[in-house]
Amino acid sequence: MVNFTAEEKGLINGLWSKVNVEDIGGEALGRLLVVYPWTQRFFDSFGNLSSASAIMGNPRVKAHGKKVLTSFGEAIKNLDNLKSALAKLSELHCDKLHVDPENFKLLGNVLVIVLAGHFGKEFTPEMQAAWQKLVVGVATALSHKYH
Amino acid sequence: MVLSAKDKTNISEAWGKIGGHAGEYGAEALERMFFVYPTTKTYFPHFDVSHGSAQVKGHGKKVADALTNAVGHLDDLPGALSALSDLHAHKLRVDPVNFKLLSHCLLVTLANHHPADFTPAVHASLDKFFASVSTVLTSKYR
Repeated sequence: MVNFTAEEKGLINGLWSKVNVEDIGGEALGRLLVVYPWTQRFFDSFGNLSSASAIMGNPRVKAHGKKVLTSFGEAIKNLDNLKSALAKLSELHCDKLHVDPENFKLLGNVLVIVLAGHFGKEFTPEMQAAWQKLVVGVATALSHKYH
Repeated sequence: MVLSAKDKTNISEAWGKIGGHAGEYGAEALERMFFVYPTTKTYFPHFDVSHGSAQVKGHGKKVADALTNAVGHLDDLPGALSALSDLHAHKLRVDPVNFKLLSHCLLVTLANHHPADFTPAVHASLDKFFASVSTVLTSKYR
């Protein structure tokens, strides 16, 4: 199980308090679909995903990005307990959504890149390390109920 | 995976905008990689990897210069990187997983310093570029 130090929790929460969930979530999901186009397989119903600008401007992508990042926020409130906090979502992603857990790693790394782009000097190596630990923890927790 | 004409344009333009900072960014990417992924330090037991290390600065410049050369030869990466490919296969033998870690840290560094230029399309092209370079560098491993 992943353990966050007090310092790491401080770094994560400190940055999180400045995150606009709608903007960052939409950008992260959009970039996932642009950079790794095969991830579009889960979003056939989303309409126009035919170009980078279509994807980034797609209102369904933005809304879904916001939803995904809001769940991240819930995970951040439960850093000592990610597996149980994300248990239901894990079942959903396996049984209903059929998402390969590899995708959680891809999205996690794209999120780190988006945060790096937004937060400039504040996104130090220490900050990056704390967030990498978080996205790995979330990916692991989301895979936990797979069978 | 193939670099399209558009990818090549994106890569050349993005690298051009980095200008004289390439060495600095190479060093920062290495610093991030050593800090975020401590296992990568196992390939540099002889290095001082602390912040500001002269060895990391020097090595970052080396890596950046090789990437700059690659950018100048996007139509023939295997040719341009042949010597480095031999080096990594027969002497350095860096496990292939580590190229993804450095590539990720290079993207983080570029996004961090050039957010306005690091559009989604440029991000995609650079990700493909680093993946292509990584593939060439590990192509002679076995």
